[in-house]
Amino acid sequence: MAYTKRIDGRKFNETREIKAKIGVVPNADGSAMFSFGDTVAIAAVYGPRQLHPQHLQNPEKGLLRCNYSMLSFSVNERIRPGPNKRSTEISKITEWSLAPAILIDEFPNTVVDVHIAIPQADASTRCAGINAASLALAHAGVPMKELVTSVSIGKIDKQLVADVSKAEEDYEEGEGATDIAMSFLSRSEKLAHIQLDGKISPKELNEAIKLGLETCKKIRKIQEDVLKSIKDEKGEK
Amino acid sequence: MIETSTLTKSAISEYISKGKRFDKRQLSEFRNLSIDLALSKKAEGGAKVKLGKTEVWVGVKMEIAEPYPDSPDKGNLMVTAELLPLSSSKYEYGPPKFNAIEIGRLVDRGIRESKFIDFEKLCIKEGEKVWAVIIDIYSINDDGNLLDAAFIGALAALKSAKMPFYDEKKEKIDYEAESKKKIPLTKNIPINFSIHKIKNSFFLDPSIEEELASEGRIILAFIPDSPVKICSMQKGETMVVSTDEFNKAIKLAEDKYDSFFSEVMKKIDSEILKLK
Repeated sequence: MAYTKRIDGRKFNETREIKAKIGVVPNADGSAMFSFGDTVAIAAVYGPRQLHPQHLQNPEKGLLRCNYSMLSFSVNERIRPGPNKRSTEISKITEWSLAPAILIDEFPNTVVDVHIAIPQADASTRCAGINAASLALAHAGVPMKELVTSVSIGKIDKQLVADVSKAEEDYEEGEGATDIAMSFLSRSEKLAHIQLDGKISPKELNEAIKLGLETCKKIRKIQEDVLKSIKDEKGEK
Repeated sequence: MIETSTLTKSAISEYISKGKRFDKRQLSEFRNLSIDLALSKKAEGGAKVKLGKTEVWVGVKMEIAEPYPDSPDKGNLMVTAELLPLSSSKYEYGPPKFNAIEIGRLVDRGIRESKFIDFEKLCIKEGEKVWAVIIDIYSINDDGNLLDAAFIGALAALKSAKMPFYDEKKEKIDYEAESKKKIPLTKNIPINFSIHKIKNSFFLDPSIEEELASEGRIILAFIPDSPVKICSMQKGETMVVSTDEFNKAIKLAEDKYDSFFSEVMKKIDSEILKLK
């Protein structure tokens, strides 16, 4: 049977309920929570601060360092704490997505550390992580040209959908599931990251990217609104 | 904040020796405690615990495992703690350092020795298959006394946990199947106190600054009884104490026990009611 109705009843271009919150880690220079339905990410930013060991320092620009990790109890089968191949790759992908947006050249010899933790996962965790990290960087006052907004677009059987859930990711009928995680810079609307797992024609991919950009514009509005609502929260620190 | 200046340290030590604290607390007074059980739908049980600005997340997962050779008819317990670099600028990535290992060990010991978990009921087939209870602790914001917060989180997570469904035919756990079965627990609910010392004074629930100024600590877990019993203990750091001082430290925690234990239980139980 064709995928004509989404498993959770959403419209095809509709994301799950999005929640965003700023200032969830008081110790950090900036922090945020971002969730797509049951997928929850928190991010904390420390820096710009002096980079150790010294030999890593670059007198021409600062360094952005991201670390993504799923907490052991974020999925059904417990994950052993500590880094693994998947988290190492996603950390790098996150770094590559965020770096174009921040003016890292202004901070020679320093590092900006972005730590992302996923307490509860229901697919699209890297996208939630990037969205949280983007908010946390803005909260920390790291100079940014624009925000970064991320979403996963799926092709479930023949149907394109926004914000893929775990149940959709596991869909096996018809053409099965193709999952395309992508991130856009908010102002220039350029692609900062894209990854694809599955099977899709270039024409369909083009459609998927269009849907991704449209969806990211909606998500960006939520990011901007939550940033505007903070104001003096940092005075509390 | 990575270090406390000598000036701050000496001011703290002067305050504490006069029975005062920067945040106006009594020496045996805890910061505001809050517990939220909505941690992860994928965990069997979980809790977000805040003590003032300190925040710790504790999740309980369950798996099927082989029993240990010395306890073929009992379930397993594993406790790990990770001090996330997300929670403080002083933590870095890498293999767990002593502080993280110690938190895991102390929570493990307090829970194991109290006999709070009825491990015999977690045996599926003697010598072959038992339930393993795994408690994972993560620091989210370290503003001092992660240990006591983590311990409360472990209690809350265990008390609210639902065991997953074990399909005996498939010999597999179905984590998605609905389950109402709770982890078998006893009345021996342990509670932890970290008692810190500066000069001649002992105090509870240190802030991060107080923790850095502390000369050492006595960590113990109590279980309910009349009078209350101690089920685990460990002295930390190189400080030495006379027996009189030692007794004074225990007395401080013992005097605090009733009110603190009932506050913790009340908060956990009211959160569990909210889950239903």
